[in-house]
Amino acid sequence: MKRISPGMAVILSLLAIFALAAAAAPLLSPFDPLRQSLLMRLRPPGAMVSGKLLLLGSDDLGRDLLSRILYGARASLLVAALSVSVSLVVGTLLGMLAGWFRGWTAILVMRLVDTMLSIPAILLAVITVAVLGPGFLNLVLVLGLTRWPRYTRVAYAQTLQVATLPYIRAAEMAGCGPLRLLLRHVLPNIAGPLVVVATSEFGLMILFEAGLSFLGLGIQPPYPSWGSIMSAGRQYVARAWWLTVFPGMCLFVLVLCVNVFGDWLRDRVDPRAQGR
Amino acid sequence: MTAPALTVENLSLSISGANIVDGVSFAVAPGEVLALVGESGCGKSLTASAVMRLLPDAIRQTGGRIRLGSDDITDWPERRLRDLRGQRMSMIFQEPQAALDPLARVGAQIAESLRLPRASARPRVLRMLEDVGISDPARRIDQYPFELSGGMCQRVMIATALIARPIVLLADEPTTALDVTIQAQILDLLRRLAVERQTAVLLITHDMGVVADIADRVAVMYAGRIAETGPTEAVFARPGHPYTALLLASIPRLSDEPKSKLAVIDGRVPAPAEFGPGCRFAERCPLADARCRAETPPLLPVAGNRLAACFHAGRVA
Repeated sequence: MKRISPGMAVILSLLAIFALAAAAAPLLSPFDPLRQSLLMRLRPPGAMVSGKLLLLGSDDLGRDLLSRILYGARASLLVAALSVSVSLVVGTLLGMLAGWFRGWTAILVMRLVDTMLSIPAILLAVITVAVLGPGFLNLVLVLGLTRWPRYTRVAYAQTLQVATLPYIRAAEMAGCGPLRLLLRHVLPNIAGPLVVVATSEFGLMILFEAGLSFLGLGIQPPYPSWGSIMSAGRQYVARAWWLTVFPGMCLFVLVLCVNVFGDWLRDRVDPRAQGR
Repeated sequence: MTAPALTVENLSLSISGANIVDGVSFAVAPGEVLALVGESGCGKSLTASAVMRLLPDAIRQTGGRIRLGSDDITDWPERRLRDLRGQRMSMIFQEPQAALDPLARVGAQIAESLRLPRASARPRVLRMLEDVGISDPARRIDQYPFELSGGMCQRVMIATALIARPIVLLADEPTTALDVTIQAQILDLLRRLAVERQTAVLLITHDMGVVADIADRVAVMYAGRIAETGPTEAVFARPGHPYTALLLASIPRLSDEPKSKLAVIDGRVPAPAEFGPGCRFAERCPLADARCRAETPPLLPVAGNRLAACFHAGRVA
């Protein structure tokens, strides 16, 4: 095992903090993120309200920004994790089938992949949400079902390569059926690159969720998401900078951490990429 | 002779019209080792694939039957064949390290064809590991292939192939990737297990030394046909086909003059597209005449309980 560099340690601990904050949002939040109070509208960071500190200030409906950001982290990470899982499963399955059976299966699947990749994902997501209606489940499904082609390409290429290796042939000669061959012998041997793709997709998913919520197509008010907090705070940029700056910074740092982590993971999985 | 465990009758395989395996027949009895010898590309590995009923997509079987025990499995559907593989017939390969799943533990690998729950498979796997001569099986069973040496990997392969007590074992160049001392150990092991378990072994090789070591009988293949077959000693002592004779003559010996030229067979194996009507060895054969080029010599009995496909079998020395 290689040692983890100090820079990577910072990234990993930041990621851990985000995950913890999201998981423990109800315990950490000083206020109810949904409770409005017109008497404490747009208070700046550090203001005291009836003996309690508004660490990051409050929004236009008097809700505590820190609490909303904590709950927003939950939304971000949950949507990203679920949609990555959906696309990972769908994409890998299709890719393995195409790589295993080749021929018509491969042609059909891979041309579908090309078609999907030729449509801008965010546009596809916007259209689908507009048709299906916004909401948590739709958001996950839309993101999950538009982002699977990248996994399919990787899984396809890897399966093509692994399927010809002697140990797969040996397992076939030992009487394994196709299902067992794919799940027990092919999948574990192609998992590395897929996990790397999933990590880089995770960062993108966080951005997509924020973007769609910003446009009002993601998490619906009053429930907080970084995108919708920023969207609401946009009108008050001149009077209440904290409403856009803090969630924006969170988004920036989280995506940066995820991407750096993804690169690091890729270097570990693919020795050829090292030192680049 | 007891009823054969594996019978191949008149097997013919072709790729885009060219007859790459032509009328190959042989039988292996329980506990017997039959060596299928020939140079690269003569169709010996394809014959094995045909026996396992796992031919590459491009290759068609144009004729012949394959019998496992008394069952004719030639036309069995894939589902039924799958239950045979690993159970009643299994196969081991050239590069043991590449033929083991790098991410499966030794124990899981061997237990695969047992189809038993893990806990009940474990004692049998341990016994099998001991049987193939792996020391400290309790430790080895939980290791990954990369932690084992090449010889040990081949022992694990053999364990994998034999744990379900198949009646037929196909060994495709099982010792080619191993060094000579390990090679001898693996051959001894195969021989011992074949006799103990009464497994019929079809050993595919191009190494005459390996043949002499463990084969009871030998079938020499040339360009998709069997040139000669018979008990190993008889064939080695007095070959009945000129190809066998030249092949044996081309083995370098320690008594050879150092740096002297190696004996070779002139010419090259004809490509499948060039196969003529006659004997496929005719172009390279010192005894060939007009008849050899026009007619295919049948595989006929010659002295010493052997069969040879040569019109001049009596004149070969």
